[in-house]
Amino acid sequence: MIRPSITEKNKIEKLSRLPQGGSCKAGVLIEKNAGWRNKCPVYNPDKCTGCYQCYMYCPDGVISKEGKGISIDYDFCKGCGICEKICKLQAIVMEGET
Amino acid sequence: MIAERVTAQNISDNEFFYGHKACGGCGGSLAVRMALKVLGERTLLTLPAGCMSAVSFNYPQMSYANNAIISAFAGTGAVMSGLKAGAEAMGLKDYHVLGIAGDGGTADIGLQALSGLIDRNDDAIYICYDNEAYMNTGIQKSGLTPYGSTTTTTPAGSKGKGNIKQKKNLFEIVAAHGIPYAATASVGYIEDFATKVKRASQIKGTSFIHVLAPCPTGWGIDTSETIEVAKEVVDTGLWYLAEFYDGEYHLNRHPKVFSDVTHYIRRQGRFQHLKDEDIDIIIRSRDKTWKRIEGFKE
Repeated sequence: MIRPSITEKNKIEKLSRLPQGGSCKAGVLIEKNAGWRNKCPVYNPDKCTGCYQCYMYCPDGVISKEGKGISIDYDFCKGCGICEKICKLQAIVMEGET
Repeated sequence: MIAERVTAQNISDNEFFYGHKACGGCGGSLAVRMALKVLGERTLLTLPAGCMSAVSFNYPQMSYANNAIISAFAGTGAVMSGLKAGAEAMGLKDYHVLGIAGDGGTADIGLQALSGLIDRNDDAIYICYDNEAYMNTGIQKSGLTPYGSTTTTTPAGSKGKGNIKQKKNLFEIVAAHGIPYAATASVGYIEDFATKVKRASQIKGTSFIHVLAPCPTGWGIDTSETIEVAKEVVDTGLWYLAEFYDGEYHLNRHPKVFSDVTHYIRRQGRFQHLKDEDIDIIIRSRDKTWKRIEGFKE
């Protein structure tokens, strides 16, 4: 599966490491978005039937298929709450971030 | 039109737009993510100034996993032709040229480049994600801002009632070029949108998709309501799902009974100042549109 992930490759430490010609490697992330979140989606696999509607509608793509259910990448979830609204079976519930 | 329907079961697991800095609940980022999932890694993407380039090209961070380039604001269509010519010269096989621009970058600033692209009929896909104002620069009115919406350049107050112009009919402007394939979509019906991207990729020549993508920040809705609102705008008849191919219009979805326009308007911050008579104007203009598009084939 292709998915950009946190990597140190593009980190600039010296001026000489700046790319020439204004281009850089694609799919490189250097920081997480988890700090944006004030509500956190909590997944209950017992209620999930695997319709994958939350996976389809997640604007950040942090929900991925895993077996018959899903898994959530909390490093990049912004806590928008779309998955909770889209799930008719309440298998995802938003809870306050502690 | 024959194309396999894209569903949650058969869509690719790869993510090509990930870890971006778009606001929570952004409709535009969902449209971009879906389009790239359908088209795959061998997609040459160009974006002009706008949210979807501002949130991803943050060097040293780069949220696109495929080949992507920022064009001049007015030049999306021209750069797409350039990418196509370059790819042909390099002898590339099995790739897609994709352009993604916002409503301002398509209907106002980039309209002539889009017109030129369709005229040249280069094999490329143009997607306009329409959040109904220049959201990236702080909510200014664009040619696709609907009637009554308050923006920083059309403020509502004692002397003004927000935008007094109707939304441009971009879909029919594009179709009037005689384009091989054009469609409207909404992120609220994401499988319909993904299927249209798939169809566009199978067409020889230029194709255009206009997808409505709510913006929680600019529309004054909760981040969790993006999809509900994107569904509701289709169900109220204020937006329609249609396609244009073989020189004919086709209506994809015809609600027998429209849902309540007042509920759709009242839930959004940008329409809070509207009075009942303003909502009547919106309903009358919707009915006029539907009188025209009822002639479309089912």
